[in-house]
Amino acid sequence: MTTVKAVTCPVCGCLCDDIELTIRDGKITKVKNGCAMCESKFLSYNEHRLMKPLVRKDGELVESSFEEALGKAAEILANASYPLLYGWSSTSCEAIRTGLELAEEIGGVIDNTSTVCHGPSILGVQDVGIPSCTLGQVRHRADLIVYWGSNPWSAHPRHIERYTSFSEGRFEKSEWRGYLSKTKALNVRKKIESAFRKIFKEKDSAPAPPLKSPYPALSKKGRKLVVVDVRRTRSADIADYFVQVEPNKDYELMQAFRALVRDQELDVDKVAGVPVDYLEEIADAMINCSFGIFFFGLGLTMSSGKHRNIDIAISLTRDLNQRTKFAIMPMRGHFNVSGANTVFTWQTGYPYAVDFSLGYPRYNPGETSAVDVLLRRETDAALVVASDPVSNFPKKAAEHLVKNPLIVVDPHLNATSQVADIVFPTAFVGIEAEGTAYRMDHVPLPLKKIVSPPNGIMSDEEILAQLLQKIRALKTKNQKEAT
Amino acid sequence: MEKKAKIFVTLVTGRTIGQGVGKESGKSTATYMENVAICRIDAEDLEKLRVRENTNVLVSTKQGSVVLKAVKSPRGSHLGIAFVPYGPWANVVVETETDSTGMPTFKGTPATIEPAYDKSVSSLKELLKQEFGK
Repeated sequence: MTTVKAVTCPVCGCLCDDIELTIRDGKITKVKNGCAMCESKFLSYNEHRLMKPLVRKDGELVESSFEEALGKAAEILANASYPLLYGWSSTSCEAIRTGLELAEEIGGVIDNTSTVCHGPSILGVQDVGIPSCTLGQVRHRADLIVYWGSNPWSAHPRHIERYTSFSEGRFEKSEWRGYLSKTKALNVRKKIESAFRKIFKEKDSAPAPPLKSPYPALSKKGRKLVVVDVRRTRSADIADYFVQVEPNKDYELMQAFRALVRDQELDVDKVAGVPVDYLEEIADAMINCSFGIFFFGLGLTMSSGKHRNIDIAISLTRDLNQRTKFAIMPMRGHFNVSGANTVFTWQTGYPYAVDFSLGYPRYNPGETSAVDVLLRRETDAALVVASDPVSNFPKKAAEHLVKNPLIVVDPHLNATSQVADIVFPTAFVGIEAEGTAYRMDHVPLPLKKIVSPPNGIMSDEEILAQLLQKIRALKTKNQKEAT
Repeated sequence: MEKKAKIFVTLVTGRTIGQGVGKESGKSTATYMENVAICRIDAEDLEKLRVRENTNVLVSTKQGSVVLKAVKSPRGSHLGIAFVPYGPWANVVVETETDSTGMPTFKGTPATIEPAYDKSVSSLKELLKQEFGK
């Protein structure tokens, strides 16, 4: 039995690097420090996985040799006139680099999952810039944390514990104890309310945000937490202030905050369904903090306004920097989606949605982004690496992906691999293969190889390198034949 | 025959911890389906629909319809908002329009919900067959 310490978790953009794994007979048997998703990945990655390459024959996916699958995949990609290469956020930077080389070689359009995640955030940042920082600075110094359109308790379960409200920083302390007493008080209140309802048979009405909060942000010492969301989440339960914004009205609310931060008066009672008095209290907390941070999630990028919501969030951060110190950071989902944007930018000059069809990189989200290319039915083949677009794209976009030859490089048996034409099983990066990944604050961290992959299973990088080599050989052969 | 109840809602898709655990366990697992092929509806909206929790409902948008299991929202009121975790079931009904940003409108789509007592929730395999013929 061995214990491996300081393992980087390859699940979400937090990239927690304090995981301890116990290995017994070449298998991971215990996970320490991880969240539920981390445990689930390390303990069950080996179940429901593919062990042999699959090729579709007579409508059914059947096991094949690696050489046969590689030959067919190379032929499809070499002969395609406008192939899509999609995924990349759940693999290593090294594999992404090879993928970009492959895209250039075959003149395809290459896009990563940020296109349906924080793509609009990138557009917003390109418009107005971004005042950001590292998560270490947040942990040690931030005394006001705002999660906007994000539910870290579900999507980044250890974010609050490692970097924000519940983290023990050098200058700011954990709010864990305060949260425990608050939870106890809330539970008692719920029990009393329930007892009253039973006795008087009254219906519970929708509670408005309390104007007199039991934890006023202005008087509370220590870190303060604000959550803005369309529904009450577990993250909202622990917040000092929860702002329940009406769907698609984040832009409006953000503009209201901008006005309040500039000491302007609002001549309405409510903005986006939230009482102005309540907003004024939060704006005061923002102005009076020493170092505040906005963490924003897909609540902003996926709803009406999209990249304009990010423009305005960054503009609010800029306004706040006239009064105090404020930063802003997107809550990145996949463990290496920041790495995908970074490597894409190094290699091509653009972070996602890069089109090589003219022989040089072109970037125009809305035109060269995966969903748009598929909705316009322009692609004639696709290579999906470490992603599941059939589970993540709207049905109409996925339909065109599935209609044409589809090659999948992924360790999981997911929805996309089930409808693919060629599937290459791979080693899990961060468990069976090493590499580099970028945390959501763009800090690169090493992914370790903890156990060996099953016999014959290669990493994404190795498979892509072989595919590239095969395509080059095929193209040379075709050119020779043509001349 | 009594007319079926029908409510108009704003559809929001998103992450849940169950969806996260399910996707890491494997997308063919029962855990994934139990956590993803659901629709979280406000308690008052469930009453309007005249359905109990765990009844199947038909969620429809202009993009299509999908049968999901209705689950009462675990915390707080969000009247008029239905929440479906990200996944192949949600993708049948989400809005495809990207507004030239590359990003479809996964949150804030107008939708209707009605009871679907006689319909069952498709498994991932059935759904893929139904939607893509593979």
